[in-house]
Amino acid sequence: MKFLTPKRKIVTEAAQSFTFSRRAMVVGGLQGAIGAVLIGRMAWISVVQNEKYSLLSESNRVNMTLIPPRRGWILDRNGKPLANNRTDFRVDLIPQRVVDAEATITHLAQLLKLEPDEVDRIRDDLDKSAGFRPVQVADKLTYDQYAAISVRLPDLPGVAPSQGFSRNYPAGATVGHLLGYVGAATAEEFKARKDPLLITPGFKIGKDGLEKAFDRHLTGKPGAKRVEVTARGKIMQELTTRQDTPGRSIKLTIDAGLQEYAGRRLATQSGSVVVIDCQNGDVLALASMPSFDPNSFSDGISHLEYEMLSKDDHVPLRNKTLQGLYPPGSTVKPMVALALLEAGVGPQETVNCPGAIRVGNTLFHCHKKRGHGPLNMRGAIAQSCDIYFYQMAQRIGMDRIASMAHRVGMGQKFDLPFPSQSYGTVPDPAWKERKYNQKWQVYDTVNATIGQGYMLINPLQMAVMAARLATGKQLMPNFIHGAPRKEPAPVGSTEEHLVVIRDAMNAVVNGGGTGGAARSSIPGVMIAGKTGTAQVRRITMAERAGGVRGNAGLPFKLRDHALFQGFAPFDNPRYAIACIIEHGGHTIRNEDAPMIASDTLSYLFDPAKALEKLETLEKGWGGTPAERQARQMAAFRLAKAIEKGEVPPPAENAAENATAANSAAPAPAPPAPPAPSADDEDVPPPPGANGGATP
Amino acid sequence: MSIVPKPITEFPWRILALLLVIALFGTVVLYSAASGSIFPWAANQGVRFCVFSAMALVLSRIPVTTFARFAFPAYGAVLAALVLVELIGGVAGGSQRWINLGFMQLQPSEFMKPIIVLTIARFYAMLPVGEIRRWNAIWPALILIGFPWALVLIQPDLGTATMILAGGITVMFLAGLPLRLFIGSGLTLAAIIPIAFSFLHDYQKNRILIFLDPESDPLGAGYHISQSKIAIGSGGIWGKGFLQGTQSHLQYLPEGHTDFAFATMAEEWGLLGGTFLILAFMLLFRWGIRVAMRTEDKFARMTAAGLTTTIFFYVAINLMMVMGLAPVVGIPLPFMSYGGSSMLTVMLCVGIIMAIDRAGKRRSGSRNWA
Repeated sequence: MKFLTPKRKIVTEAAQSFTFSRRAMVVGGLQGAIGAVLIGRMAWISVVQNEKYSLLSESNRVNMTLIPPRRGWILDRNGKPLANNRTDFRVDLIPQRVVDAEATITHLAQLLKLEPDEVDRIRDDLDKSAGFRPVQVADKLTYDQYAAISVRLPDLPGVAPSQGFSRNYPAGATVGHLLGYVGAATAEEFKARKDPLLITPGFKIGKDGLEKAFDRHLTGKPGAKRVEVTARGKIMQELTTRQDTPGRSIKLTIDAGLQEYAGRRLATQSGSVVVIDCQNGDVLALASMPSFDPNSFSDGISHLEYEMLSKDDHVPLRNKTLQGLYPPGSTVKPMVALALLEAGVGPQETVNCPGAIRVGNTLFHCHKKRGHGPLNMRGAIAQSCDIYFYQMAQRIGMDRIASMAHRVGMGQKFDLPFPSQSYGTVPDPAWKERKYNQKWQVYDTVNATIGQGYMLINPLQMAVMAARLATGKQLMPNFIHGAPRKEPAPVGSTEEHLVVIRDAMNAVVNGGGTGGAARSSIPGVMIAGKTGTAQVRRITMAERAGGVRGNAGLPFKLRDHALFQGFAPFDNPRYAIACIIEHGGHTIRNEDAPMIASDTLSYLFDPAKALEKLETLEKGWGGTPAERQARQMAAFRLAKAIEKGEVPPPAENAAENATAANSAAPAPAPPAPPAPSADDEDVPPPPGANGGATP
Repeated sequence: MSIVPKPITEFPWRILALLLVIALFGTVVLYSAASGSIFPWAANQGVRFCVFSAMALVLSRIPVTTFARFAFPAYGAVLAALVLVELIGGVAGGSQRWINLGFMQLQPSEFMKPIIVLTIARFYAMLPVGEIRRWNAIWPALILIGFPWALVLIQPDLGTATMILAGGITVMFLAGLPLRLFIGSGLTLAAIIPIAFSFLHDYQKNRILIFLDPESDPLGAGYHISQSKIAIGSGGIWGKGFLQGTQSHLQYLPEGHTDFAFATMAEEWGLLGGTFLILAFMLLFRWGIRVAMRTEDKFARMTAAGLTTTIFFYVAINLMMVMGLAPVVGIPLPFMSYGGSSMLTVMLCVGIIMAIDRAGKRRSGSRNWA
């Protein structure tokens, strides 16, 4: 066969066997070569590219979480903290590490004295939890409780005690409106800033007041915690931690002691006190009471507490010092008198007060029915005679009065680090034409001169007015300690005229005038001032004929506002003050504006004596504001419980109740000021206007 | 010449020791993959190794002629089973590879890997010597390979189909077909790959595309390869240490106990462990090729070399896959990847090679076999 096919390559068994051996060696060689390539490839990845893959492996394994930075402190002018950070101890359960859930919960409940409904809540959360997400057991623990848990950790697998920081306001409610509060960022805020810190659990931003205005300044740099995580996000262990950098502090012009004193001294009233340093316009106190407690707002307020605050007719949710607008009443009379002097009216010119005069078709009464008889300027201010000002104002006209009103700060919008401020109205003929398309009438002038009608002022403006009348300088209110400020412009009155006004305001308090209650208890310090009463309702002819009813007999909302503005010492003014009591009606003497203002000023000269008096008074009022608020809260909670028990479930949760009550009650919504005129819209100051100022 | 009795010297101690070392290493890696627990994988794998080793030893006592006689019937049975899988397997999931026999899941394509080698070897052993360079030597082999290849490909199981094809072609090469045929078809294949690509399933195309550029989709389809390379690369030369692998223990590496067991090993044992393992496998292949080369019988020598190559394909395709040199095709690494089917197949191969080795030694007296 081999010989028959000579053209073909001869294949024998031996040749085939040889071919096989050769090819088997080729196959074996190829296998060896591929093996070598694989080793080479592995060496390339694990040696040459080791660094790259080690990094990738680390970035797989390690997860960074931000640690919220501690917020900068807010200090008063003496360095005393108005807002600081409290160490917050808390305990969580890591469900998947818990061995015996029931025993652990029982042990914890016993150690922390947890309420039964809390224990049920923990059990519930534990059932629903995803395994590695912590379940909160309790927060705001004392150090002793925290330590008690920590030492028992070996017996309590899955229990994780930790410490963080939460905002603390030592003065509580008295600084509520001044400082505002902090809270978790909303979805809108995150969308606007896109900062991952905003969605870090536990991080809070300023929500109101100075906390909001200086938010960036107070926010520090976050720390970071590195943890080992699985592909599914389960945390295996903590690796390293970089501490946060706390925010910078800011120093305010506020005097912490005075601020708290003013807040407490406002007693049970709905009112505000503003104190300004006459040397430079520094605001020493800006108190609006009653107020919310910023501590409970920052922790997340309960529905019940919010409902109580929003239903209160003393409007604790409104910052009255900036957002409250009131007819200034007779407190404008010294300003009007200054305008009269400027227009050439002599201080000794007299007007006879018969008790009422006719202006146009209307009879205008003096607050004293029988009349004051003949009065010069000093007497008219001291006795707060309306007829004198009716007569004189008609002589010089509204424009000159309005000009002076603007110069002493009425209707002026100040550049303040607060989100909203209502700045009131100073009416004049041009304004009325513009606003109502009506001609200015003589009775408008008459109304304006006694601070009624269209005229509106907020408490801060009233304090600024007092300071400007006292100094003759256009001082600007300021909140930042040591902030650079321009030399104030003069009001434009001569010293001679100012002396007349200061003397007359002294007579209001110390010369048998209407403000005797404000007489100073400090020897050598005489307080000058001016009282005011602002009507909130029209007195009908029928009522007038039947005798005006006393304020005490009226419903709260219909009572007059009580006002006082002044300064001390009268001959060399150092401090100016304004106090407005909403619907005070001058019914309780020691809770009326003049005495509150006087006591608050006395704190600046003799704190110990002032506090002693306050403590005596507080016994009659039922304790400090915090104590009273706690009692109010307890009563409210009880009332709610009774209501719920009597009425079969109308609404299960408090939130629904709250909204229902809010929509039903005519009470104004918290931030909205009563707005009788459109000139007082809330216009927030430009953001960060004072933001970068001195810390 | 020796005081040791003949049955004991004949017993394939060295090769068993080699397999034991590889399997032990695999079991240790599975122990680590289960976060330091012998359950559920390591214990199972160990028991399986013992059972299949016993099976391989039983196989090694069977005369080689028996394998030759049963090659075609076995081929017919497995081919029928593959058709059955297509017909009754129903539609469960994307690919259909199993027949449920009640007591176990049967995967016929797995058996086809060694049987195609036996069949093709049997065909060329029967072919008269002079026919080897004729057309008659080519087309029957191509048909024998083509049917199972097509049936497995439409399951679809690209990895196994490739292994069947490669196993068959290897035996054709060893049989002595003209070299130009292989070179010519190699060139033709290179030309038609782009066309073939368009007939692949979407997920297969995806795997290939992502294999070419795994970083293009690190969280999606490229995730397996990316994480596997991270595991191997971060292991470095010495590895992170036993039970210290983060990629596997923190579950970043998918399939860390099955197809990507090598990556699990490499992370903890480093280049050192990888080289050790690859060299161990190379020793196994060296043994197989040497058995083939000293065997006189045509069927036996082609079978030994072909089965060795089959085991080699397991190892090579799997390692290329985990190192990012091949697409993810689902071929396990023998003795390392957890799973019964692949170990059964590999031990079948080993058992048959041992039988061939034993027969060769019987004939030529005691010769140095390794």
